Amino acid sequence: MSALNNDTEQKKNEAKQAGEIFLQELSRKPSNNNSFFSKLWSAIQIPFLAILSGLFLGALIIIFTSPDVYEAFGKGLGTGFKAVFSVVGNAYGALFAGAFGSPSKIMEALRTGEKIDRVFKPISQSLVETTPYLLSGLALALGFRAGIFNVGGEGQIYVGGTAAAFVGFAFADLPRAIHLPLSVLVGIIAGGIWGFIPGWLKAKTGSHEVINTIMLNYIALRLVEFLLTGPMTKIGSGGMPISNPVQESARIPLIFKKPLTLHYGFFFALIMAVLIWFFLFKTKWGFNLQMAGANKHAAKYAGLNIGIWTVLGMTISGALNGLCGANQVLGVTYTMGLGVSAGYGFDSIALALLANNNPLGCILSALLFGLLRTGSRNMMSNTGIPLDIVSIVQAFILMFIAAPAIIRTVYHLRAKKVQAPTAVNVSGWGGNR
Amino acid sequence: MMKTKPVYLKHAVSPRDRIMGFVFLILGLFVLLVFNKNFSSETITTFAMTPGGISRGVMTDWLIQTNRTLWICGILLFLIGIYQFIFGFGHRSNLILVLVSLIFVFSFIVYVAANKMLNLAGLLASALAMAVPIILGGFCGILCERAGVVNIAIEGMMLMGAMLGSVVGSATKNIWFGLAAAMLGGGILALVHAWLSIKYKINQIVSGTVINIFSTGMTSYISSMYLQDFPNLNKTPRFPSVAIPGLADIPFIGPIIFDNSLFVYGMFLLLILLQFGLFKTRWGLRLRAVGEHPKAADTLGINVFKTRYMAVILGGLLAGFAGAYFSLGSVGRFDEGMTSGKGFIGLAAMIFGNWIPFRTMLAGILFGFADSLSSSVSILGSSIPGQFINMLPYLVTIIVLAGVVGSSSGPAASGTPYEKE
Amino acid sequence: MTPVLELTGITKQFPGVLANDHIDLKLEKGEILALLGENGAGKSTLMNILYGLYQPDSGTIFVNGKQIDVHSSIDAIRAGIGMVHQHFMLIPVFTVTDNVMLGEESLVLGDFLDRKTAAARIRKISEQYNLDVDPNAMVGDLPVGVQQRVEIIKLLYRDASILIFDEPTAVLTPQEADELFKIMRSLSEQGKSIIFITHKLREVLEYSDRIMVIRRGKVIGETTPSDADQEKLAEMMVGRAVNLNQDKKKAQKGEIVLQAKDLVVADSTKKITVHSITFTLYSGEILGIAGVQGNGQTELEEAVTGMRDFESGEIQISGKVIRKIKPREFVEAGGAHVPEDRQRDGLILSFPVEDNLMLCTYYKPPFSINGILDRKEIRRNAQTLISEFDVRTPSPLTDVGTLSGGNQQKVIVARELSRNNRLIVASQPTRGLDVGSIEYIHGQLLKKRDEGCGILLISSELDEIMELSDRILVMYKGEAIVTVDADAVSKSEIGLYMAGISQQRIPGSSETAAEKSSMGE
Repeated sequence: MSALNNDTEQKKNEAKQAGEIFLQELSRKPSNNNSFFSKLWSAIQIPFLAILSGLFLGALIIIFTSPDVYEAFGKGLGTGFKAVFSVVGNAYGALFAGAFGSPSKIMEALRTGEKIDRVFKPISQSLVETTPYLLSGLALALGFRAGIFNVGGEGQIYVGGTAAAFVGFAFADLPRAIHLPLSVLVGIIAGGIWGFIPGWLKAKTGSHEVINTIMLNYIALRLVEFLLTGPMTKIGSGGMPISNPVQESARIPLIFKKPLTLHYGFFFALIMAVLIWFFLFKTKWGFNLQMAGANKHAAKYAGLNIGIWTVLGMTISGALNGLCGANQVLGVTYTMGLGVSAGYGFDSIALALLANNNPLGCILSALLFGLLRTGSRNMMSNTGIPLDIVSIVQAFILMFIAAPAIIRTVYHLRAKKVQAPTAVNVSGWGGNR
Repeated sequence: MMKTKPVYLKHAVSPRDRIMGFVFLILGLFVLLVFNKNFSSETITTFAMTPGGISRGVMTDWLIQTNRTLWICGILLFLIGIYQFIFGFGHRSNLILVLVSLIFVFSFIVYVAANKMLNLAGLLASALAMAVPIILGGFCGILCERAGVVNIAIEGMMLMGAMLGSVVGSATKNIWFGLAAAMLGGGILALVHAWLSIKYKINQIVSGTVINIFSTGMTSYISSMYLQDFPNLNKTPRFPSVAIPGLADIPFIGPIIFDNSLFVYGMFLLLILLQFGLFKTRWGLRLRAVGEHPKAADTLGINVFKTRYMAVILGGLLAGFAGAYFSLGSVGRFDEGMTSGKGFIGLAAMIFGNWIPFRTMLAGILFGFADSLSSSVSILGSSIPGQFINMLPYLVTIIVLAGVVGSSSGPAASGTPYEKE
Repeated sequence: MTPVLELTGITKQFPGVLANDHIDLKLEKGEILALLGENGAGKSTLMNILYGLYQPDSGTIFVNGKQIDVHSSIDAIRAGIGMVHQHFMLIPVFTVTDNVMLGEESLVLGDFLDRKTAAARIRKISEQYNLDVDPNAMVGDLPVGVQQRVEIIKLLYRDASILIFDEPTAVLTPQEADELFKIMRSLSEQGKSIIFITHKLREVLEYSDRIMVIRRGKVIGETTPSDADQEKLAEMMVGRAVNLNQDKKKAQKGEIVLQAKDLVVADSTKKITVHSITFTLYSGEILGIAGVQGNGQTELEEAVTGMRDFESGEIQISGKVIRKIKPREFVEAGGAHVPEDRQRDGLILSFPVEDNLMLCTYYKPPFSINGILDRKEIRRNAQTLISEFDVRTPSPLTDVGTLSGGNQQKVIVARELSRNNRLIVASQPTRGLDVGSIEYIHGQLLKKRDEGCGILLISSELDEIMELSDRILVMYKGEAIVTVDADAVSKSEIGLYMAGISQQRIPGSSETAAEKSSMGE
């Protein structure tokens, strides 16, 4: 009896420890002797308030651009304010419903056991959207830790997706056990190559990766456009930039039945997050990468060849983005088109910084971004407010995360000495080193 | 006191020189073997020397023998390559690089236009036009970086300028209001950038990214919320071309340079203002001091923060002006993402031009030329797919940044926030 | 007579430190006042308050009997106060004229610079005070001594009557320093009043009219050179009797641990800064490399430790010839390196102390087993070293960047000296540290020497070199002017060598590369 008690007690302690380690990792600060909840709060207050403030400013933009509001204010102050609340309420309500589904319907369905797949569709869709965000977010987070600002996510996703699509449709009659991993692998390699180029340029010539990756985005777009309208184009599409659908054997299987589109890529992404976390914080190679990112002079002093680690960091980052592209093509669209990325590569800059470049934190912020994006579709179809409001909100979140001082001033928080999550060297663009 | 001259390592042919020499050789062979494959001695390349639809400053067409020209160019490239590979041109290698590029590009258009007619003047005129936003973006970068603030938000500022220019221009039917709104939009975004990076000292690249994401989102938001439903809000009058009397009649040069819209003239005016302003006036001396050594400037009573705010906001106005070029100067409407990376290419032009306005302009024209070449070539119907030719400006940017043009170094304090203790 | 400058009750609180605690100070016309105190005593803070760079929490400033408010340096300049900062406030890519007139420009046609007029004025000032500065020279091309004179011209150009010099001799040879003090004396004779800040006792005793000692933000006392001696001043400065000379046993030289033959090193601009240097370091001795900063010591240090490739020559560590040495090979060969720029090279400021304490050996057991980091072992190592080397840190997880300079250096010293090494290369190991830390680090180095380590000590502090070294190699313009036994030379002789004068050959000088160098090439 007592042995059993001890056992559960021990398990509890372990769980608690694991939670604390997680928080420590999130805040990258030593634990002091405060309670669990105050620690929790101090770890998440800045991201939490940043998200809140971002949504608030987004609401302001919705209000100021809504013709209904102006019309209502023309009728009187009272109606005006009512319109303000109804516009924002409708918009964010639709966003919420689109992201999670309607709670009452979920309860109803659980009770009656009917239409279960219908009510869980939104949340399943959100998790489907979370997956590419998580993969691309991991790419950015790893890059930042290695001192690299990889703005080339879009290009890497395109290249990775195209390569995966090519393998996916070009080889018929392969068993899934070979075809799917092969397609994914080729996508990863393609993304890795697209990351290797700016990494190599940075290491070899010192030219800054931000401009190079952006240029490579445009080049990738042209290249993919060429492939999709030319050699890889769908037969009978009449020159539309779209590829042949990938074979059944190269598709990532769904977890449930349609219309629940959640596929195993989601779990794969979660596993990747844990792996990357382990790599960065528990292995010497991860330590190498972070050293090279934090201070290249000291890293050289500690015996590293900085060039190799810069290239490696950029290549892994590109490979993760390539994986993201492959995941989209093999798990969601089943065909390569120009709409495959739709901004994951850029949005994940904010995502990674929101997670303080921690792979485990990326899971949470990817979930947030996935929910936002799925919800915004519903918002657009219900209220006519364009999807792009999500980018705007994300820009605000990024701003508040990067400048926590604004948050502290606005919410009167105690100033704390926290190093801003920066790993990017901004001085000197060209080949001057 | 005795004075000794510093001893440098003996000038050896560096790996970079060798690689360049090798590349030159390849280019020469390329011209000889690929370009000059199927041409007989009768093949003629025709260059039109007056832009289309222009009646002033007319010049007769220029006919050249394709075969012989390509032979000469190819052999020239080959010889330069050999010399570069074996001896190296030392500190003149940048000049040689430019020369080689010119010869190669010339060979290329001679090859493409063989048996056809290419409007050379039109090509150059459109190069200048395409270069305008790049150069103005580069000027924006110069202003900001000379004062010590890195600005990668030029792209976002341009996009905002283009959108506001079109909307206000369409709504008021007045191009000047449109222009003012565009500049104001760029200026306000610049103010935010300055505020984030000077007051809150956040990483300036992150700050620039915030503005780029915001601007892309906001312009698309407005576009899909209003512009698609109300096309009248996106149909603005454009700045007309104004020929300068006398100068526009000079053959060849006249129509290219002196028959343009406000944006081209404005760019030249800004070039003069900036070039003199930065290096000959108190304003420029103080601005550069703040970008090189803010603390030194501070100890002499110069307000570092104010100077930086001023420079970044002026830069934003410039970027807004550059953005207005897209809608008010070029097509007369706003399209999502219409700046297509010109702001970033402008930054590359700034680096290529070593943070000096005049050289930045030359670099910008180079990029503009790559741009206009790609459209001319696709019109001529070359065997190269259009997408590859469209990659040209981006490829050139990467190559330039990689230091093929030799090392350059920007203002010493650029990118570092100033901490006043 | 009213004093030119009077400070009363100046107080300045920084987070965690009371930098200035009710400081009173008077300066008479034509006087040279020395402000003496060790690093971190609050001298620079006081002067920065006077110059408007910091705002005091309380206290008043009087100039010529009138109270003034100094909110920014512009107020100070208007009141006739000028300052030569320790790190020069000069822009290397500007000419002397542009540097001097910045903020006080001569203009024509509105906003255009009148460089001619300004240059003429600079030339005049330069002649009047015998400063010998060319207004058209690019500042970055000038030697430090001349750069300092440009700083002085900057003050005179603004008609400053109160001149503050912050640690002016830190970058000068003893001879250049003498030259500077001559200039200072002539300035004071022409009616300027001067405050100079220093922690060097010799300068204070030789060149000042009056001495004020500051310790931990408080004025400890005032004295004149005639009433004071080095021991008394040192005790006032530190607050306890200071052992100015470490007890040093005779060196027990053993086998060769490091040998450099005809070493040629170039800096990052491809300029050759080390010309064919040859030296040998034996176990159980300290070889000091003396020289004014910027004479190739940094490149020598970097070449020996593998931080920089050398162009030609040969390096042997413990008899093994190494052609292209890399930092890791240096460590593997039993080397330890205390780098010159500790924050840039020696530490990763955003990493916790425990990670910094394993920085060079993290990749092998016990810290890393099969590539997986053993955090327990890392923590244990950190705790051991923290207590052994007395590093003051709240926890091993604290970011090293938040520690004080002295403790940061202790982290490096702990990491490097704790390894079982035979060769130590220490560059400027005590720069910017307080006396307690300096004594500690000197003690540790001597202990290592007595244990049989060979130590290459590079320092621009001549006192440090003289105190610790068994033999001294003097570098000038990248060449080894001379190598001498430390007992056989005086400080002024070393000073002459540091200025490149090598004709007086001292008996006892050994294995020198000086044959190749001589006066005027």
